[in-house]
Amino acid sequence: MAGAATDAHGRIVDNIVHFARTLRRAGLPAGPASVVDAVRAVEVSGIESRDDLYWTLHAVFVRKREHRVLFDEAFRIYWQSRGLIEKMLAILSPVAPPRGAPEKPKAGQTRVSQAFKAARERKTEQTEPEVEVDARFTVSGRELLQTRDFAQMTAAEIEAAKAALRRMVMPMDKVRRRRLSPAPRGLVDPRRSMRASLRAGGAIIDLKFRRPQEKRPPLVALCDISGSMSQYTRVLLHFLHALTEQRRDVHTFLFGTRLTNVTRQLRMKDPDEALAACSAGVEDWSGGTRIATALHAFNRTWSRRVLSGGPTVLLITDGLERDTDEDLEREMDRLHRSCRRLIWLNPLLRFDGFEAKAKGIRAMLPHVDEFRAVHSLDAVADLIASLSADGGTTAGDTDPRTWLRRSA
Amino acid sequence: MSQPSLPASIDETLALLERGGYVADRALATVLHLALRMNRPLFLEGEAGVGKTEIAKVLASTLGRDLIRLQCYEGLDIASAVYEWNYAAQMVEIRVSEAAGDTDHAELSKTIFDERFLIKRPVLKALEPSLSGAPVFLIDELDRADEAFEAFLLEVLADYQVTIPELGTVKAKEPPIVVITTNRTREIHDALKRRCLYHWVDYPDAERELQIVRRKVPGASERLAAEVVAFVQKLRADEDLFKQPGVAETLDWATALTELNEMALDPDMASDTLGVLLKYQDDIERVRGSKARQIVEEIRKDLPRDPARTAVPAV
Repeated sequence: MAGAATDAHGRIVDNIVHFARTLRRAGLPAGPASVVDAVRAVEVSGIESRDDLYWTLHAVFVRKREHRVLFDEAFRIYWQSRGLIEKMLAILSPVAPPRGAPEKPKAGQTRVSQAFKAARERKTEQTEPEVEVDARFTVSGRELLQTRDFAQMTAAEIEAAKAALRRMVMPMDKVRRRRLSPAPRGLVDPRRSMRASLRAGGAIIDLKFRRPQEKRPPLVALCDISGSMSQYTRVLLHFLHALTEQRRDVHTFLFGTRLTNVTRQLRMKDPDEALAACSAGVEDWSGGTRIATALHAFNRTWSRRVLSGGPTVLLITDGLERDTDEDLEREMDRLHRSCRRLIWLNPLLRFDGFEAKAKGIRAMLPHVDEFRAVHSLDAVADLIASLSADGGTTAGDTDPRTWLRRSA
Repeated sequence: MSQPSLPASIDETLALLERGGYVADRALATVLHLALRMNRPLFLEGEAGVGKTEIAKVLASTLGRDLIRLQCYEGLDIASAVYEWNYAAQMVEIRVSEAAGDTDHAELSKTIFDERFLIKRPVLKALEPSLSGAPVFLIDELDRADEAFEAFLLEVLADYQVTIPELGTVKAKEPPIVVITTNRTREIHDALKRRCLYHWVDYPDAERELQIVRRKVPGASERLAAEVVAFVQKLRADEDLFKQPGVAETLDWATALTELNEMALDPDMASDTLGVLLKYQDDIERVRGSKARQIVEEIRKDLPRDPARTAVPAV
């Protein structure tokens, strides 16, 4: 091999190492072993064109379907002239794609370009202004993040909050099923007893037992995406996405002026991809809200289909309904009767002086089991604790009756 | 005993259902014909009381097959759906062999897990050969069973076989005619739907519903039948009810009014018997009284122009 060739080869190796580092930052698990594999693969396959390189690296680094998008994006940016990166960063927005943006950033783009951004920031650390991302690394900073209102967070803090939401230990609520499974104590299991006794030649009857299995009850979330709520809903969708990953029965609906079922979209593994699919399916992000109409549509079309099996329903809205009448009350009542537990999550509760004075709120309050704030990480953690306790006594501020009495 | 052969065309399928007293539309006959031809399970989804279960019953009676019904519920397991061993009889068998002084363990377990001690449940019965040909296997209200059972069904419906560890694999020589019904109280998994032919059973239109009432409630006067059907159709179309009345409710109502010796729909009597038709308090409140009167007046105006009605002198 000529010297120039080895030099170029060395550059390729360097590049692959850096590329792998970028992939890692973008959330694609590329360990040192894959880097070694990648270098070897590039050596043996005799790269001749961009495509060859692409598919060679793809073969090594991509092990899951949902990583293809990330890889593609990272490859495009990394192996192209770097002048495009600034352009990329410009169209970036850390929240879900803005409504009516001329070109939506592709799913995965956000995280990939942030990975680049982070790499660049490290080099230019002296000149860049301090970003509040540091809040994650200090105790007091973390506390700050825990109690900060989602609506007042900077983009970086929102990212940190989303990560924190994904890391949260999900609720461990359990209800008994009718199905039985082997257990050390419980009801006699004749079949297993019989087989055990036959092993001993039928002489000893060694009783085996079984007991009802437990499962997590289904969860149905109804999220308001009207103007005042969209910021919270976007963050909470990350929480719901994490929930959907972990348990089977989670149904999510978005409502503004219309009701949209986004359950299937949220089943996608990549949260950005899932949220992008959600926004694609919904037409009225940040429009007005008509809670009564949305609840009516839900009760008519969906309640029988998703409210079987005694689910917990999370209603995420501020309850600020302009045209209130008895419709809202009737639909809330119907919803309340057809689920096991109805929890209303209202970000307005973050204000100390909050009083349930608005007509819509007063109409809805009598029909919920719990009334909670949901504006910060702490509030979400409380919600998880409450779900885990499953139907524990509601006391103090979560009891809707307290609020009704206070502002009577 | 010669049994009727499977229908060879859509028209024959329609005729077959007709013979069984089931008034079907062409779409249903088509999908049913295909299901029979292709040996695929028929997946019927629809609101309660539109006649999904009835299809399986009519199929069984007109084709001269046995009907094996598996009613699903939460917690349905292998022991109650497929097979179970008769433990008490097995115990007795063990004692008897002990008394006889048999000490051969292997021989004993062979004897114990013999077909004699097997209690067959619907799924196993559906796979067994029978004299009258493959049975009609009705899996009713699958949405009530849990997902674990659905996953098990996948295997059964793919190969028409089940495995009993102690006995081996039971495979159907001739696959049964499978009809699955669901009320959509939860969505059935796509994997299961993929193996079936899907049909959404909708509420019938006025003409077909009138035919059904004539078939099933022969005692009802022509005028009563027409008015009852028009009333129900109007409720479904105009009133925003929480639970629409199904065909079963229409038949019940026609029967009830016939029992009360009504020859035509009387607004007061209609209000008093609404509980036969509507099953939610909110819905009954909404229709009772003036609303019922108004609907009856409206249908009285429309009916004489209705071509489906044979001439009956207005009273």
